[in-house]
Amino acid sequence: MSPNIHPVVLLFASIFTSNILLANFLGMCSFISISKDNKSSNGLGLAVTLVLTVTSAVNWVILEYVLIPLDIVYLRYIIFIIVIAAVVQVLEMIIERISTPLYMNLGIFLPLITVNCAILGISLFIEIRRYNLVQSVVYGFGSGVGWWLAIVALAAIRTRTDKAPVPAGMKGPGITLVTIGLMAMAFIGFSGMLSVQ
Amino acid sequence: MKSQASTVTILKENFWTNNPIFIQILGICSTLAVTNNLVNTGIMTVGVVFVTSFTNLTVSLIKSFIPRKVRMIVQTLIIAFYVIIVDLVLRAYLPEISKALGPYVGLIITNCIIMGRAEAFAQSNPPLISFWDGLTSGLGYMYVLLAIAFFRELLGFGTLFGYQVMPDGFVPWTIMIMAPSAFFLLGLFIWTAKAVMLRKGGAR
Repeated sequence: MSPNIHPVVLLFASIFTSNILLANFLGMCSFISISKDNKSSNGLGLAVTLVLTVTSAVNWVILEYVLIPLDIVYLRYIIFIIVIAAVVQVLEMIIERISTPLYMNLGIFLPLITVNCAILGISLFIEIRRYNLVQSVVYGFGSGVGWWLAIVALAAIRTRTDKAPVPAGMKGPGITLVTIGLMAMAFIGFSGMLSVQ
Repeated sequence: MKSQASTVTILKENFWTNNPIFIQILGICSTLAVTNNLVNTGIMTVGVVFVTSFTNLTVSLIKSFIPRKVRMIVQTLIIAFYVIIVDLVLRAYLPEISKALGPYVGLIITNCIIMGRAEAFAQSNPPLISFWDGLTSGLGYMYVLLAIAFFRELLGFGTLFGYQVMPDGFVPWTIMIMAPSAFFLLGLFIWTAKAVMLRKGGAR
């Protein structure tokens, strides 16, 4: 049933070799618009990691124990989206209770995450690749960390390119996309270490 | 007629001056991934055009019945409904392509263009013109991605729509099949488009 991949291998693969952003193009919208400074990229990265870890577990349980037994897998898009929205809402409430400073940092990012394609994408990848529960959680967590790493790295580069003399038409999104392309090339360098699809 | 003038304006905005991809930088997530192949890109973007136009139509039709507070979730459900239709049609008639597209069909739901158009246009405009707006912004999205896919498939495989067009001695550029090339090409595309706009003096 589920592919025979050791969770540790899967963790490294999801962070580096098949980085969700640089190899699978997921979560680009908020990636480009938020990566202007370091602080907010860190906040969003943390929030994405948290939500991804929780939703991949919840969606796995719902898929295995509700959708498949009832034979309504075709409804998975709607169900997954609702689960993601609910998880985001609950997380927001919990964070507000336990830590005000963390809430101040993450508060504005959490609602944005519901429409971040990375979250839904990971749940769909888990469904297609038939991961088991441990693999799903590890994969969700690793992908979140990979996304976090990528956005922080990009934010650091962008603070420099903002001041660089870039051709007028290339300013803004143009140079950002080329930078992401170069980062993606660097991450391809890792793919010699492991090969997990 | 009022709508006559605005249909042309909307067309022009969505195709050029306010193109979803190279001006608004929206919705590149799900579809960039499939741009190394023209057939897949074509089918994927047709799906997006279908979902955008009908979502806009539906949202515009029922906008007065939706309480403002829950409109986001209602919009998401409408989008998901149309995406499920696309997914089921693909599974039934084009199973090969459905498999190749994998999770990316489902990811049309989180494509920001659709939600963006529904929120920015359909929420405050009559149904027919909203449908037109959805259709044209979908098409504006489509041609950019087809252009990228054209170069990636041509240089990466030496083919167009699966047919060999490059001479036999052509060495495929492997980088074109891999992820970085999509970013580079989109970056260059945005550069070209913006440079043309700057020259015209109409840049925003």
